[in-house]
Amino acid sequence: MFGPTMWRFGRVTDPFREMQRLQSEMNRLFSTVDSQIGHEYPPINVWSGEQDAIVTAEIPGMEPSTFDISVIGDTLTINGNMEPESLKEGESYHRQERSYGRFSRVLQLPFHVNADKVEAKYEKGILRISLPRADEDKPKKVVIQAE
Amino acid sequence: MSKEMSELQKQSTQAAMETERTRNRKVYVPKVDIYETKEAIILIADMPGVDEQSVDVVLDKNVLTISGRAEPLSFKDYSIAYSEYDVGDYQRAFTISDEVDREKIEATVKNGVLRLTLHKAEQVKAKKIVIKAA
Repeated sequence: MFGPTMWRFGRVTDPFREMQRLQSEMNRLFSTVDSQIGHEYPPINVWSGEQDAIVTAEIPGMEPSTFDISVIGDTLTINGNMEPESLKEGESYHRQERSYGRFSRVLQLPFHVNADKVEAKYEKGILRISLPRADEDKPKKVVIQAE
Repeated sequence: MSKEMSELQKQSTQAAMETERTRNRKVYVPKVDIYETKEAIILIADMPGVDEQSVDVVLDKNVLTISGRAEPLSFKDYSIAYSEYDVGDYQRAFTISDEVDREKIEATVKNGVLRLTLHKAEQVKAKKIVIKAA
């Protein structure tokens, strides 16, 4: 059973290659950890303009109609529910890494929002909300009167 | 012995070096769900920012590689104020077993999610054997 072929050089795993494999496996592991732990879901980016702001969020796999987005004063709330795949009997998971369930994010903006003019778009799994600043909250220029 | 040594040398040169990409972008590993039904193996990958034009699925021998390119958003006259995520490309490879029918792989992309249906080859589908009465 333990013939000489078992111990041929070619059969022994190259330690250098093994190290490389281990390294890439570690990178793969931690790249998922990084996006999952220590961050709230969904991750958001905020862009600020002169009179408004744009919020983008990476939320893949949602139905656009199931988003619940509300703005009160200077607070933006994004709610949603990511439905899990419905597996039939006899079907089983090999891997399950994607997250599902309810999520909620509350974001306070540096200005009051004109709630009537808020627009939201959902494309390629990215939610984009544009939030114009309320008129009464816009800075007013003070004119210095000549004496 | 000398023959075996040359075999070993051949092998180590064959070992592909970790290749570098030409695009200077971050590469992310998409999160996947893989589940198995009676007829197929379903692979679902989260790739926000990717559409059907920017995703590639390649099956080479028994390695299935999925890759996608996501363009970072930029808005004119806006500057980034706060950032929790970065945009980059996606890549991930899986080894798949021979039981998958290579000619019948379906791929769709919807809302930044890639869904692959890998149909099982006919011969591996479980068949119920009817036992005849003697």
